[in-house]
Amino acid sequence: MSASTTSDTKPRNNRAWFLVLPVVVSVAFTAVIPLMTVVNYSVQDIFSPSDRLFVGLEWYRQISRDGEVRSAFVRTLLFSLQVLLLEIPLGVAVAVMMPRRGRAVPVALVVVALPLLIPWNVVGTIWQIFARGDIGLGGWAINSVLGINFNYALDATDAWATVLLMDVWHWTPLVALLAYAGLRSIPDAYFQAARIDAASAWSVFRYIQLPRLRGVLTIAILLRFMDSFMIYTEPFVVTGGGPGNATSFLSILLSKVAVGQFDLGPAGAFSLMFFLFVQVVSYVFFTVLTRTGR
Amino acid sequence: MADIRLEGVAHSYDDGKTWAVQPMTMTWEHAKAYALLGPSGCGKTTLLNIISGLLKPTTGRIWFGDREVTGISTAGRNIAQVFQFPVLYEGMSVYDNLAFPLRNRKFPRADTDARVRAVAELLGLTDQLHRPSRRLDAGRQQIVSLGRGLVRSDVAAVLLDEPLTVIDTGLKWTMRSKLKEIHRDTGHTLIYVTHDQTEALTFADRVVVLNAGAVVQSGEPTDLFLAPEHEFVGHFIGSPGMNMLAAELVDGVVRVGAAAVGRALGTGGGLPPGPVRIGVRPEFVRLAAAPTSPGLTARVAEVERMGAYDLVHAGTDGHHLVAKVAGGARCAPGTVQHFGFVAERAFLFRDAVRCGRIAALEGRDGS
Repeated sequence: MSASTTSDTKPRNNRAWFLVLPVVVSVAFTAVIPLMTVVNYSVQDIFSPSDRLFVGLEWYRQISRDGEVRSAFVRTLLFSLQVLLLEIPLGVAVAVMMPRRGRAVPVALVVVALPLLIPWNVVGTIWQIFARGDIGLGGWAINSVLGINFNYALDATDAWATVLLMDVWHWTPLVALLAYAGLRSIPDAYFQAARIDAASAWSVFRYIQLPRLRGVLTIAILLRFMDSFMIYTEPFVVTGGGPGNATSFLSILLSKVAVGQFDLGPAGAFSLMFFLFVQVVSYVFFTVLTRTGR
Repeated sequence: MADIRLEGVAHSYDDGKTWAVQPMTMTWEHAKAYALLGPSGCGKTTLLNIISGLLKPTTGRIWFGDREVTGISTAGRNIAQVFQFPVLYEGMSVYDNLAFPLRNRKFPRADTDARVRAVAELLGLTDQLHRPSRRLDAGRQQIVSLGRGLVRSDVAAVLLDEPLTVIDTGLKWTMRSKLKEIHRDTGHTLIYVTHDQTEALTFADRVVVLNAGAVVQSGEPTDLFLAPEHEFVGHFIGSPGMNMLAAELVDGVVRVGAAAVGRALGTGGGLPPGPVRIGVRPEFVRLAAAPTSPGLTARVAEVERMGAYDLVHAGTDGHHLVAKVAGGARCAPGTVQHFGFVAERAFLFRDAVRCGRIAALEGRDGS
């Protein structure tokens, strides 16, 4: 009722919409137009820039039935799951152990953040050398000191373990920093109340710290899921997707199709399905986690 | 159960460079309600945390009755503490929140249940017991925080650190009377930290005034108002605060500028001459028709009409004097007015500490 009276008296002026224009333009150039190009490719069979044929949803049908794509999808999903199962608890544990105040805080922050500052392909190179049995410290130690035969270039399990460990090393710090920020936001009074109530360290974690980490852990899980599901550079540098296709994740397979074989049509369809899957999973996950909290 | 005794307790956060709490020795009597009153940053919370054991004092010893607790942890002291804002285990129901301290201490299930229900009854939470604690309003949440302290029947004291800060003004009165009721029913020693004098004066049996980490006066609310022992108490309690006028003591006579105000009566005998300060509450300054003693003559600068009473601001030689008089006072700004002080209520301070009072000059009538 009040809305109708105000709209009667207010002058109508929609020029404020022009203020949104810069955003519209930049989003168009950075996201919408490139995406539409891919959509365009995905429904055509392209022989050369001048010679192309409209094929409808044929590529989508093919990609979704492709055995190699399916096994890469399962592999990537398994990898993301393992990444989350390892990095989230480990990151929270690191955050809980980090000092809350004093001179040790900046030192701890820098040490923990160090892996995050290293570029992806450098991380790959570091681990590629580190895990080698002949000249790498890690690989040498496993082979010669522990006496376990370890070779990531030949053994599928070893390659998988190397890539997984590398991701844990590279990205657990992100989870730790997010969780640490969450922990720091808990007022001292909560910990004091816990001392008065004679709560054990576990109770403090379970009833004070963990409930308050909910928000940051939602973000951490989302980021780590999206990132690990789209992982490309590090396994590409370390194993190149091998041995065989043991570490051939979706992104590696996609780039093989798009850049290696130059099959733009199937690659476009592949990209869009990949993109859509990440979007939908993230959306569902985020909605579920934020709703159940209320 | 027992008195809480502090023996030379002091605390410094920076290895003795500055002291948040100055060395103090005092006793908190069993079953009394205390208000710890002072401005922000005067060491109230530090002192409270020392009593509860959250903080170990730099020096001194703490006794609960005849048991020394200086080195004993918070959990071992059986203290209840309520903080400025509600502290709840948000994932738990009200019932679980109340039961938590007992479960941690491995109380039998039946005892826990009985205690929780008794405390819920006392605090009026019975119909809220199974609600998630985070769904309650701030006032109720604060009551639950209080309940977590009271659920242990043997608590030595309940410490409240400005517990009504986050509560709406309307609810504050209800909460305060609730607290008084609980104090009456349970007979726990209560220590209530606040910077609000009304809250302190209406709530407590004893008010302890803290300034810069030291206790400047402790006593019943009326003592603090009628007979402040320290300039700070004069300023801090009362609205407006006590008039403080720089004066000179010559031959037993207190002078402001050239005017003789009255005869000095030292607290413990004679006072050596020198600078002093006159302290008299606006409530004990009266308008007079002729020069009186003890009293002053000053020019009226402003009259604030407050309805029930008027505040008459006057000045002489740069000294400022306020009188709180019945509404409709007949004096106009710009006129010269005689003021009389109530003889028993006009004090002398030296180095901020009360050292005597002012009586009428001989041969002139006091008011």
